[in-house]
Amino acid sequence: MDAFTTHTGTAVPLRRSDVDTDQIIPSDWLKRVERTGFGAGLFSQWREDPDFVLHRHPGATVLLAGKDFGTGSSREHAVWALQDHGFRAVISPRFADIFRSNALKGGLLPVQLPEDVVERLMAAVEADASTPVTVDLEAREVRSGDVVAPFALDDFTRWRLMEGLDDIGLTLRHEPDIAAYEQRRPAFLPTTR
Amino acid sequence: MGRTLAEKVWDAHVVRRAEGEPDLLYIDLHLVHEVTSPQAFDGLRLAGRAVRRPDLTLATEDHNVPTDALVISDPVSRTQVETLRRNCEEFGVRLLPMGDAGQGIVHVIGPQLGVTQPGATIVCGDSHTSTHGAFGALAFGIGTSEVEHVLATQTLPLVRPRTMAVTVEGALQPGVSAKDLVLALIAQVGTGGGQGHVVEYRGEAVRALSMEARMTVCNMSIEWGARAGMIAPDETTYAYLQGRPHAPQGEEWDAAVAHWDSLRTDDDAVFDREVVLDASAVTPFVTWGTNPGQGVALGEAVPDPQALPAGTEREAAERALAYMGLTAGTPMREVAVDTVFLGSCTNGRMEDLRAAADVVRGRRVADGVRAMVVPGSMLVKLQAEQEGLHEVFTDAGFEWRNAGCSMCLGMNPDTLAPGERSASTSNRNFEGRQGRGGRTHLVSPEVAAATAVAGHLAAPADLSDARTLQEA
Ligand code: SF4
Repeated sequence: MDAFTTHTGTAVPLRRSDVDTDQIIPSDWLKRVERTGFGAGLFSQWREDPDFVLHRHPGATVLLAGKDFGTGSSREHAVWALQDHGFRAVISPRFADIFRSNALKGGLLPVQLPEDVVERLMAAVEADASTPVTVDLEAREVRSGDVVAPFALDDFTRWRLMEGLDDIGLTLRHEPDIAAYEQRRPAFLPTTR
Repeated sequence: MGRTLAEKVWDAHVVRRAEGEPDLLYIDLHLVHEVTSPQAFDGLRLAGRAVRRPDLTLATEDHNVPTDALVISDPVSRTQVETLRRNCEEFGVRLLPMGDAGQGIVHVIGPQLGVTQPGATIVCGDSHTSTHGAFGALAFGIGTSEVEHVLATQTLPLVRPRTMAVTVEGALQPGVSAKDLVLALIAQVGTGGGQGHVVEYRGEAVRALSMEARMTVCNMSIEWGARAGMIAPDETTYAYLQGRPHAPQGEEWDAAVAHWDSLRTDDDAVFDREVVLDASAVTPFVTWGTNPGQGVALGEAVPDPQALPAGTEREAAERALAYMGLTAGTPMREVAVDTVFLGSCTNGRMEDLRAAADVVRGRRVADGVRAMVVPGSMLVKLQAEQEGLHEVFTDAGFEWRNAGCSMCLGMNPDTLAPGERSASTSNRNFEGRQGRGGRTHLVSPEVAAATAVAGHLAAPADLSDARTLQEA
């Protein structure tokens, strides 16, 4: 995973709420067994519309979205598609839990900001597509023009993202704890054998 | 202070707790299917890691499988299924493949085998893992990175979620099902209403639900944003579990029941949020839009977006109506459908099939309507055939299929054509969910069956009227 400290880029204003993961990456793309190459499938049905907002903001790396982004399926392919397309962060007033967790695993920063702040950012980007948006993980702050908005993220996750650390490696440091727990598990618990 | 059911299950699975870090939680059961696992197994291979507990892992093939043949003709789907088979073989994971008597939708086979048990932590790379919470398990969907994490360590680092109670008082009216109840709940609380919470469904109406109806309710928890849905185990749960292949036996059964009996929210426990619903006010419910929260009672009309506050909600409603090809003010009962799909992990179990069969028995599917029944597992299929339900369905003009996700999502040959409209017992009506351009109305099995017969959205009670009218 690439480390994330601070990122500045242009943004796409996606004025839709409840953007579900079936829209982010439609299910025909889920048949792939690889982890790369999902960018072409990002919003593939909406992109057929020549007016779709993504076409008007080429090269953008920050996605501004309406409330409840990433609802629905647990497919991490949604995160891979956004990253493969070039996005480093998504800003929304609220994220679906599984999407948020998947994004944090893969180093795509989900930034939750109040609705009015997201609205101001969208308006600024719509007025001028070249408006830079900075997502500063170190300071836990989004900056763009006169907008300076703090966002919340727990210290541990922030540290992990800034170091670009893999969760499995971190957990395996506690292998003795896992083994000890397994010794304590009751005998009546089922196995799949 | 007392603890909630969710907190008790959580606490019992903490492997390691450290200030300022997520808890490391032990996972009792990891279910795997072909779509969200290939990249996880690849990750293990790259890092030279093994599956820590293959004996707590179980795989099945469901999303990609055709339900009318045992051969996958789409080469990309076939590769995905073959990849799962190779991975299970290489890593020693038990697999229930297509053609096996135990195969089925991942959330149907866990309960059926009895590996889904009260108080367990259960995960799967699939958002509807919440289904298993019906047994009082803490069960939730995870992404592929987490699938890899569980395969490698049998644990997950997780931040403790908040808790919510949904108390359903009163009793459901006859003819009103668990599906109607949960659709009505989602319309009330919205698709993000449960975000960040583990929900416990409780109250008189929930206690009265059968095990399968409880699964329907918990299945849809994710559709209103909840991390998981749970129902405290009781006699209904035990009766369902006893005798299942992986349920404890003899003395172990007694030890298990003693433990399960302790899995109740304490009287003095406090939930972070509470929602109360009156079951007696719920009537058959259908969706009109493109998310599960966009629903109304069957007796109502397509809502008018202009009645909503200006802004994203109104825009979303306008876009949904345009996509769905509906006009505000049209009575829902006048919406004609092309296809009826009875199946999925929401409503593909025995009781669902029985309820629908009761409606179609002796009747015919309306002209021009394609209707299909897809049992949730091969065991459900077998049992239904032993009860003769397949004949009830095929006599009425339904197709009778093999088990799989089928038309719940567009990953296998069962899809809607662009513009085609369905009444579906599945859980998602997103744009294109059942196939590009397809239009989905989420309904209960009873409404699906009545709709197939009437040709338009209908409840069973409408049918007897229609018949009398025709005869008169
Ligand atoms: S039936 Fe539908 S919701 Fe259930 S696991 Fe299959 S695709 Fe997912």
